[in-house]
Amino acid sequence: MDDRDLQYEKYKSILENYLEEQSEQTLYKGQQFSRKMIEQQISPEEAVSLHVSVLEELFPDLPEPLKNSYDFLLEMMIGYGFAYREHQSLRNRQQQLESEIEVAANMQQTLLAGKKPEVDNLDIGAISKPAQKMNGDYYHFVQDENDCVSVAIADIIGKGIPAALCMSMIKYAMDSAPEQRMQPGAVLENLNRVVEQNVDPNMFITMFYGLYDSRVHSFYYAGAGHEPGFFYDSEKDQFEELFTKGLVLGVSKKTSYREYQRVLNGNDMVIMLSDGVTECRSSQGFIERDEIVAMIRKYIHLSAQEIVDSVYKELERLQEFELRDDFTLLILRRKV
Amino acid sequence: MNLQIKQEDQGNTHNLYIAGEVDAYTAPQLREALLPLTGKESHETLVHLGDVNYMDSTGLGVFVGALKSSKEHGSTLKLRGMTSRVQRLFEITGLDEVIDIEDAKGGSK
Repeated sequence: MDDRDLQYEKYKSILENYLEEQSEQTLYKGQQFSRKMIEQQISPEEAVSLHVSVLEELFPDLPEPLKNSYDFLLEMMIGYGFAYREHQSLRNRQQQLESEIEVAANMQQTLLAGKKPEVDNLDIGAISKPAQKMNGDYYHFVQDENDCVSVAIADIIGKGIPAALCMSMIKYAMDSAPEQRMQPGAVLENLNRVVEQNVDPNMFITMFYGLYDSRVHSFYYAGAGHEPGFFYDSEKDQFEELFTKGLVLGVSKKTSYREYQRVLNGNDMVIMLSDGVTECRSSQGFIERDEIVAMIRKYIHLSAQEIVDSVYKELERLQEFELRDDFTLLILRRKV
Repeated sequence: MNLQIKQEDQGNTHNLYIAGEVDAYTAPQLREALLPLTGKESHETLVHLGDVNYMDSTGLGVFVGALKSSKEHGSTLKLRGMTSRVQRLFEITGLDEVIDIEDAKGGSK
């Protein structure tokens, strides 16, 4: 017996059982059988055709109108068959796309994988996790020969592939104007021009840019509509908002950005984040900025990297391990 | 994850009443309602946001798009009565300086 005959016999026995006694158990067997048929890619019209042949064997004297009605049903099922095959081919296509996205995500990782700077008097922590495969958050450190460290953190509106594409534009624009690195306001003005010309009208980017000059222990910074970070004053043991005023990138051609400055004493910290951190929603509602501060405080005795890792783990747990938005948290701490 | 939009017109003034959440899922719906209005020369569009309890950056993006469209077509766009939570978003992003926002209502701060 070949597969087809086996199938026929099996279907016949299930159907006979059911006709004798309409039990739940037999119905269940029917369900299992149909699952197998789907696995073997049997089309809906083939399934009806199988039913008709079995029926004709069991009841040779089937009334003519009934027989004809089955021909009619077969014809109807052909449409479903097409839909089914289309579904199959879409599934294949989807798998193909997924593997392409995987490749793109890996490329993005390579593009982003900037080294964390090693500076004698600075303790640096950085973490960035995408909600989906591609990350719409961006951060980048650059260290120069004078031990000045510049840091950029950006959030591109939306998630997924469009955001990731936009991000490579930012990285390219920043890499191509290295002489501006020391002037946060000018960096943002320049980026704003690039972004304004190149993005969809509904899109924008928020960015915070800072420069730490370890010779004078000063942090110079400017913001383009980015979620404010925090400044930790270790002497007062207080967290303050790292406020900046500035329009998001990509909205208005001529925008200027104010530059701010903070001096860091030993153990002072600059904390930068993306709105994925403050837009976290737990089952009890939004996670407020105060709670983020409380978490950082809880781990303040650890190294900067351990702090950001621990805060991430805690937030992940609060959201039942399902990130809704990309998450980025950076800490710079002046060592004593 | 639900958004209701109601439109009332008085001459050249269009009132859009928005209620619910404006996020990545509902933003296209808002864009579809809003953009045709801002594209009409010398018309005024008033967006009432008092019943919006959540907005994310995609939602802000719709207003950025609407602002650009109104500038391009010579129409006026105004936002009215947003909650403090939503207002904070417009302040952080600096959009409160480029978009016409009227009196805030509600909220604790």
